[in-house]
This record gives sequence, C-alpha cells and structure tokens, in this order.
Amino acid sequence: MTATRPRPAAVLSRRNREALKSAVWHVVALLVLFVLLYPLFWLLGASFTPGHDIVGRNAVIPESWTLDNYRSALDGIGRVPAWVFFRNSIVISGLSVVGVLVSCSLAAYAFARLRFPGRTLMFVLMLSTLLLPFHVILIPQYIIFNRLGLVDTYVPLLLGKFLAAEAFFVFLMVQFLRGLPRELDEAARIDGAGHFRIFASVLLPLMKPALVTSAIFTFIWSWNDFLPQLVYLQSFEKFPVPLALRLFVDAERASDFGGMIAMSLLSLIPVGLFFLAFQRLIVQGMATAGLKG
Amino acid sequence: MTNGTAVARAKERQTAPARKAGAAAARKPRKAGLGRGGAEANQWRPGYLFLSPWILGMAFLTIGPMLISLWLSFTDADMFTFVTPGGPDWIGLDNYTRMVQDPIFLQSVKVTLTYVVIMVPLELVVALAVAMLLSQGRRGMGFYRSAFYAPSLIGASVGMAIVWRALFSSDGVVDSTLSVFGIHTGGWIGNPSVAVGMLILLGVWQFGAPMVIFLAGLTQVPKELLEAAEVDGAGAWRRFTHVSLPLITPVIFFNLVLETIRAFQVFTAAFIISNGNGGPARSTLFYTLHLYHRAFEDLRMGYASAMAWLLVIVVGLITMLLFRTARGWVHYQGDQR
Repeated sequence: MTATRPRPAAVLSRRNREALKSAVWHVVALLVLFVLLYPLFWLLGASFTPGHDIVGRNAVIPESWTLDNYRSALDGIGRVPAWVFFRNSIVISGLSVVGVLVSCSLAAYAFARLRFPGRTLMFVLMLSTLLLPFHVILIPQYIIFNRLGLVDTYVPLLLGKFLAAEAFFVFLMVQFLRGLPRELDEAARIDGAGHFRIFASVLLPLMKPALVTSAIFTFIWSWNDFLPQLVYLQSFEKFPVPLALRLFVDAERASDFGGMIAMSLLSLIPVGLFFLAFQRLIVQGMATAGLKG
Repeated sequence: MTNGTAVARAKERQTAPARKAGAAAARKPRKAGLGRGGAEANQWRPGYLFLSPWILGMAFLTIGPMLISLWLSFTDADMFTFVTPGGPDWIGLDNYTRMVQDPIFLQSVKVTLTYVVIMVPLELVVALAVAMLLSQGRRGMGFYRSAFYAPSLIGASVGMAIVWRALFSSDGVVDSTLSVFGIHTGGWIGNPSVAVGMLILLGVWQFGAPMVIFLAGLTQVPKELLEAAEVDGAGAWRRFTHVSLPLITPVIFFNLVLETIRAFQVFTAAFIISNGNGGPARSTLFYTLHLYHRAFEDLRMGYASAMAWLLVIVVGLITMLLFRTARGWVHYQGDQR
C-alpha cells in the first residue's frame, strides 16, 4: 500500500493540474454563455439607450442613459396603454393554467388509474396529437368559432385548455401518477372513498410536483403564444402583449424603435421571473418529460 | 410510445392479482351496488366521466376539425362560401394539383426544407456538445444548465424575434462584427441569400431544451462502463463514440423527432422578422407563413386546408421514416422500455 502511494510533490502537481483544467473549463463555459446570452444583455442596454442610437451599437452599457423608451412603451399603442396588454396576457395565461390543471389532471387519472374499454386506443390517440401540426385544425376551428360569433373573444384561445387538448400535460401527469403506489388508492377505497375522493383527496395533493411543472409551462407557453392570438383577436383593447408588440413592429416606420425595444424587454420579464423562481423545476420537468417519452 | 403503454399494461397485469388478494385479505364487506374493489369491468363509468372533457375536446377541437379540413381541402371554400346556402363546391384534387404548380408554394417548401435540414442537425450537435461539456460534473453545473437552457423559454416569442431583427439589420451588431473580419452582408434582413440564416441561428439559439434531455441521458450512462473503457486504454473521444454515444441513441432519436416536427411548424419568428410578408424576395416565406397568407389574408380556406393536410402527411411520413431507420441505429437497453 505505502509503496504505491504517490509522493507529496506529485500529489500537489496533480492537484494543480486539476485546478488548471477546472479553471480552463469554467472560462470556456462562461465565454460560450456570454456569446449565447449576449442578445439579452444587448436588449437590456438598448432599452436604456436613446432610440435613434440603438441600432449600430454593439456595447452592452449605454453611453447616455434614458428612460424615454420605457415611457414610450408604457404609453402603449393605438390609444391603448401598455398595462392593458399585460392585464390581457395575465388573464389569458392565468385562465389557461386553471384549465390545464383541472382538465388534464382529470384525464390523467382516468388514463393512469382506471380500466375501461377503449382506454389504450384513446391513450395512443392522445399521444399522436402531440405530433399533429396545429395548422390543420386552426382553419376549421376558425370557421366554427367565426360562425358561433366567438371571434375576437378569448374563448377560442381558452377552450382547448379546459378540454385537455394539451396532450403534453396529460402525458406528464399520467407518467407521474404511474409512479405513485397503487396501495394508496386501495387504502382509500377500502375506507369507502369513491373515485372522485381518491382523485381529489389522495392523489391530487401527491401530484403537486407535476401540477406545478404543468402550471409553469402552461403560463410561459401561453404568454409567448402568437399564431392563435393573431388569428382570433381583432380589437386592440383585447390584445395580449405579443400582439401589441407586433403593432410596434408595424409602426416601426413611425420610428418608435426605442419604445419597441423597451416593450420587448418588458414582455420577457414575466417569463424571466418564472424562470428565476422555478428554474430547477423547469429544467427537471423538461428533462424527465424527454427521458420518459 | 406503444412500447410504453405495453409496459404499463404489463405492470397492471402484475398488480391486479395482488390487489385482489389484498382486498380479500381485508375481508371488508363490499358496499352493495357500488361494485368497487376488483370489479374492473365496472370502471367504464368513472373512466368516461373523468375523461369527458378530454373526449369533448378530442371530438370537437381535434378530430372534427381535422375531418372538416380534409373535406375543405377538396373544395373551393373561402370565408364567404359558408354564408351562401349552397356551400363550397367540390373540386376534387384541384387544390393539390394547383399547389404543386404554384412557384410561390414551391418556394415556401424550399425555405422550410432548407431550414429543417440545416437547423435541426446543427441544433442537436450544439446541444450534445454543450451537454458533454456540462456532464463532466464540475462545480456550478446547475447554474450552467439553467443558464444554457434559458433561451429555449423565450426564443419563440415575439420579443426575441424583434431583438433578432435589430441584431441582424444593416449596421446592426452582427453585421458590424462580421465586417471587422471583412465580411459585408449589408444586413441579413435585406439580403435574400442569408435571411433564412438568421432564422436558423435563432432556432439553434434555443438548443437548451434538447441539451437538457441529452444531459439527463448522459448522466444515466453507467460510470463503471466509462471507467472500464478507460482502463482498457480508450481516450476521451473513443469513450464518447464507443460508450456514451451508443447508450444515448434513444435520447438522440427522441430529440431528432421532436425538433424536426417543431422545425416544420416555425412561424412566429418568420412572421415578425419579415414583418409578415416572408421577404426579402420570399426568402423567409416559410410554409406555415404561406399557409397563413392563403387562409387568413386571401381567405382561401380550401386551398389552405389542402396545404395543412399536405403538412400533416409530410410530417407524418418523416416521423414514420425516422422510426423505421431507428431500428438500425437506436439501441434500447434490455429492461428500459
């Protein structure tokens, strides 16, 4: 044993080499990270730079600071102040979260815990909608909602969320439920609980991690969603943030470039906050969803 | 996926007798009429009850609309034919034949295929490379993982597309950086030969999602295998190509399928960056953007439905093709799946 133990000097140099390797690794990783996140740093700096100076500036830190961009962004567009757009986005995203949590967890309980004819077929059907291009249902849905007089309301944007059309989250919750021991259901059943009691009082509380992950992703995705909003919404005062931003792009020739940049930054802030608060959950949710696929 | 359900069914088959035995051991008298316990045949009622929102959604928001759009694709429907009593006229395969003769349509196919064929492999290679870098288990791994993932959450948003537009405009950041190296593009936005490139870069920028999945796959590669290979004298590169890479092929396959399908449907960035028209010179006229124009600007619902169905068929065929080839190169470890 003692014969094979390396001499102290060798230990030291090996430790040094290891430290050097580690330092190089961190430098490389941080450099890559800086390049990757540069657009965000640039955006932050540009939002405080006077509008006419923004394009053509590479530096992150502005030479002269101004809050005019934010003032102009908060003034809104088309006589609608910016807070209305944010309120609309919060309403749409908030209701989406409620809809997804309720409808997808109900569906997941049926798929994961109950046995009934056609279950496997329906499960496969549900999974295959994950691969379905959205455009093929958008056109007929638009025609239907148009005939029902529901265009320019939030109903077309939200109905799918309340009817468990978000297969990804059903799948996520089914996977999670399958990991929970069935003895729990059994115990509750022996105590005389019905399916709804088992679902609501036993399993739902245990599903919290899956529910939180679903809620976060639903919020972020519906916050960023663009095509359905673009198709269905017409009046400015009903616009969520992405559509408002699009108006800024249209009005760009009117040269409110600074306002557009500041509004872009503001539009990313809710997602950024969610990310900072829940980053571990978000990243893990993504990883496990992928691995179990 | 079918394998997954098969496994689940097998598990249920295992637990079903055990459950019955447990119920019998408890010797609790069953409540009359409710038929709980092991009576699985009776679960159809709660089953359909719990699934009822999903069934409604499936019928009225997915399958119904799909059938309507299939029918529309064989008609000359526009937004107004629905108001007239006769409804749209059946024109057979006309939409489809007209489509393939339309140079604008063909251009949109070209743009989308260029995007998919370049963006997806590039994104996956970057994702795998960064995942390898991070899988070495250095300090701060959690921080790096989150930071590299962040662009995935915002990359598809309108806000980010606007930033991209500014970065790649003439005398924007990218242009002035490149001109230091003597490359003058005159702004990517106005230049038809590179405009799609900036959308490809925006797609690759969002490599975080596949990276996180790669990383999860890499951490499941058994340490003993890597150590055994090292003892046998395999260098880092050989350990990667001969041990890690074969073991994560299922994850590579999953990412490949998912990112390909996603890439075919990219819309927001192309719409914002070209200000809705797919320019310059239709160089960013993505398939989905062209479809949007036909449906919601020209209001040619029949033609646009035919385009949508062609997209479904092509994406379906490519997915099938990928699954077919998967048998040759994807290795599933014995008991997984």
